[in-house]
Amino acid sequence: MSDETTTLEKSVPQPRDSAPGEPLLEVKGLTKHFPIFGGFPIKRKVGAVKAVDGLDLAVHAGESFGLVGESGCGKSTTGRLITRLQEPTDGRILYRGKDITHANRKQLMPVRSEIQMIFQDPYSSLNPRQTVGTIIGGPMEINGINPPGGREKRIRELLETVGLNPEHYNRFPHEFSGGQRQRIGVARALALEPKLIVADEPVSALDVSIQAQVVNLLQKVKREMGIAFLFIAHDLAVVRHFSERVAVMYLGKIVEVGDRDSIYNRPRHPYTHALLSAVPEASVEEIEGEGRERIRLAGDVPSPVNPPSGCRFRTRCWKAQDKCATEEPPLVQIGGNRDGHLTACHFPEDPTTVRDEAVILDPALASLETSHTDD
Amino acid sequence: MLQFFLRRTLGAAVILILISAFTFFLFFSIPQDPALLACGKNCTPDSLKIIHENLGLDKPVPVQYLEFMRGIVMGRDFAVGPCPAPCFGYSFANNQPIFDTILDRFPTTVSLTVGGAAVFLTLGLGAGMLAAWKRGSLIDKSFSSASLVLSSMQIYFLGPVVLGALVYSTNLMDSPKYTAFTENPAAWFVGLLIPWMVMATIFTANYTRMSRSTLIEQLQEEHVRTAKAKGMSGKTVFFRYAWRGSLIPIVTIFGMDLGSLFGGAMITEQTFSLAGIGRLAVDSVIKTDLPMIMGVMLFTATMILFFNVIVDAAYAFIDPRVRLS
Amino acid sequence: MTTLTQTEGTPAPTGADPFLSVRDLYVRFSTEDGIVKAVDGLSFDLERGKTLGIVGESGSGKSVTNLSVLGLHNPQSTEIRGEIVLDGQELTGAPEKTLEGLRGNKMAMIFQDPLTALSPYYTVGRQIAEPFIKHTGVSRREGRLRAIEMLTKVGIPQPKLRVDDYPHQFSGGMRQRAMIAMALICNPSLLIADEPTTALDVTVQAQILDLLKDLQQEFGSAIIFITHDLGVIANMADDILVMYGGRAIERGSVKEILTTPQHPYTWGLLSSMPRLSSDIDVPLHPIPGTPPSLLNPPSGCPFHPRCAFTDKVDGNRCSGERPALPAGRSAACHLTAEQKQSIFIESIQPRLG
Repeated sequence: MSDETTTLEKSVPQPRDSAPGEPLLEVKGLTKHFPIFGGFPIKRKVGAVKAVDGLDLAVHAGESFGLVGESGCGKSTTGRLITRLQEPTDGRILYRGKDITHANRKQLMPVRSEIQMIFQDPYSSLNPRQTVGTIIGGPMEINGINPPGGREKRIRELLETVGLNPEHYNRFPHEFSGGQRQRIGVARALALEPKLIVADEPVSALDVSIQAQVVNLLQKVKREMGIAFLFIAHDLAVVRHFSERVAVMYLGKIVEVGDRDSIYNRPRHPYTHALLSAVPEASVEEIEGEGRERIRLAGDVPSPVNPPSGCRFRTRCWKAQDKCATEEPPLVQIGGNRDGHLTACHFPEDPTTVRDEAVILDPALASLETSHTDD
Repeated sequence: MLQFFLRRTLGAAVILILISAFTFFLFFSIPQDPALLACGKNCTPDSLKIIHENLGLDKPVPVQYLEFMRGIVMGRDFAVGPCPAPCFGYSFANNQPIFDTILDRFPTTVSLTVGGAAVFLTLGLGAGMLAAWKRGSLIDKSFSSASLVLSSMQIYFLGPVVLGALVYSTNLMDSPKYTAFTENPAAWFVGLLIPWMVMATIFTANYTRMSRSTLIEQLQEEHVRTAKAKGMSGKTVFFRYAWRGSLIPIVTIFGMDLGSLFGGAMITEQTFSLAGIGRLAVDSVIKTDLPMIMGVMLFTATMILFFNVIVDAAYAFIDPRVRLS
Repeated sequence: MTTLTQTEGTPAPTGADPFLSVRDLYVRFSTEDGIVKAVDGLSFDLERGKTLGIVGESGSGKSVTNLSVLGLHNPQSTEIRGEIVLDGQELTGAPEKTLEGLRGNKMAMIFQDPLTALSPYYTVGRQIAEPFIKHTGVSRREGRLRAIEMLTKVGIPQPKLRVDDYPHQFSGGMRQRAMIAMALICNPSLLIADEPTTALDVTVQAQILDLLKDLQQEFGSAIIFITHDLGVIANMADDILVMYGGRAIERGSVKEILTTPQHPYTWGLLSSMPRLSSDIDVPLHPIPGTPPSLLNPPSGCPFHPRCAFTDKVDGNRCSGERPALPAGRSAACHLTAEQKQSIFIESIQPRLG
């Protein structure tokens, strides 16, 4: 890279809560609209799925940035836009200060090796006709990289790093279990010594007892190699475990972003509150209904084709007022929040995760529960 | 929905125009002079020239194509006689307007197809359902193996065998013969019975296998399991839930088969000497009657496209996801 | 509490019979690769109005067990032994007609993926009303009215309009609500919910779980709740059965399983998942290895190849002898009660935070 100031040290970078210095990856106003065609007699664009709609985020060297949200919030699309598997409709993607938003194949070459991706499904993301050695060596071959001692030696090292037997070099993916395949995916991502790994739901297809193995492996990789992660997942507990900073997405937008402690213990956006309160926890407090607040939203996430005006969460929000429909709340630091803890809400909640009165918006729950208490 | 069909119909029209252009230019890229056939045995360069002029063959190919297309819509006049719309030209071989000949032959093909399809659809779907219902049983196994054997038969083999057995050696039946239904329904039926049966045998085998396998696939569907979990009886589960889903692939194949059969069952017609569209196609190829080849080809393509649209309509009827999207 | 803690020693019923009683259930099916021992000697009881949570990973046999309760297995390739007694009625080997009369009526089931579990070809209302019409013999019109009533109950907005919608016109959460309406329409005494929220988003999951709990209060159904998620089960169940490799390896009340788990596998499950309240920046404690193959299950204790404590048991008992699961609060493990307690207090509890 031409910019000397952004050169990474190989030593372990310090995870940062806030964001000083130039980030490794910066995304500004990132937008992806998938067009919908229709009409007669000639098909034309009649609308768009606004999968990602003006996203700003920054990932610093060595840190793990978590992206959480429910289905349809655009978190996976964001990952694919950043790795340039899909072409952004608008906005900018800067890698080490260099604009790669619309970089062509040739211009991307040096960056491709530094940004790698781990996919959700360890079954379909590995070519069944290739041996493990070929799969892991693929990125090196494409990029013409010949490590000292040869590719095979490097591949065997990688297999060892991810906890697989280097002897399995010549085996095929179907000979491995789901967790082992995900390790192969990790090894492939590591092959080019990336600086940033975009991990899209890397553990959600795995059995519970296997998830922890892969999370630990990613943690080890992050610590020992100083690799930054954009960690995309719907599981809030896993994201909390893995990421120093977390952004909560809803219908293509970030509604709240901040350091882990702020998001999980001092959330301000009603949606963050609702998400956290919905996570089922295996604890005795949970059985006895103590501790956390109880928020039950009504209905499902609206369609990203026609997202609500103003604040997109307003249709499911208990605090919504007229202003929320007319004016889109900016993502800003609210008084009392830490630096870097930004919230997009006109009427933020108190920074706590407990509350005396439950919020029940679901009409069925509300009516059933009133009738039960009346008995 | 209506929009969808209008779009499909427009699409079909575009395809037909493309096919006609393609055939037309292919026609003129053949080294043989199309006028030779019309010229007959005592052909002199002079008479050939007259024929050229009469048929408009002396004009540039694109102009001829435009005239041809105009003729389809508005009709045109030839030296040999008038040719009302839709005019596909005059046959070189019999000096008849192409479309009249096709119309003349079409009832035979329709009768052959409708009768055959009625037989193979009933027998094929029935046998397939029975096999799927009793899957793993002796019935299933015997149906499966029988359909495997029969589907590898060919009409030009089975046809003569049946003819030999029922007509030539035993005289149990008369040779197949087409009589118009309006003229004598009984004769129509008896005359076409053997072709129907022979044609249906092979199709029945295929439809048995297809309906069995799609039904068995559907029976594994989760919503079929749900129906069972609701206490629906085995019959309801089978006929209401599984069968409905199996219709989509069957309708798809059936539409394609009907389209090509209406466009002429060449081998069946040839085997049983029935004068349908298929026979017409074969004859015109043998005689290099190029206007007739063109006409039959466009007619067949129209049939196939027509049934494609019908299949789409059937999808919408069967599957609300198509209807309401 | 439930009979799980009542029946001591022999499973012979004492006093009031449990509403559902499963005894020594074996389910095997033949596949191209060999015989899958999907369920291998399973016993449990369930009382009216209570919720039993069955937790396990893929291949633990939890779903197969419940399909066989309803008799939904493929009779040609499946071999079932053992007893399934529902309200005094033996279900294994019962004629299909009897089962048909019970399914959707006295016992109903909710499946994981409501999109594939509902037929795309019929309206939601028709599918919901169907079991009601079949089991009560009412007219289609009455069935439809009842379907609208059920849709209202499960919180579908504008039920009178939505009753004529097709499943694909519903959102994921609404489809699962429709499934619940369909399952509860005949007021079943037993409801089996097989991972009913796994395909749903977390906020919708919370709505559906609470809805199930509230409806259970209203309908009084006993629920078997199958899941891989201990968090979900903590929310839903009165008692928990932990399954592994086709066997039940631990059972107890929710509180017992969460606070004093006794089986090394349960320890592993609890300490391998991060929680919202757990320590950060410490590694998780995964269970090594992978779940066992049911084609060729391990000898002895099915968990022994992944267990960290086999060296504390004398000889080769873990690999040679299958530990029994005694009745009541118990774990199928060769470790002694003292060993379990000291291991749990010393090394497991600190991990759980």
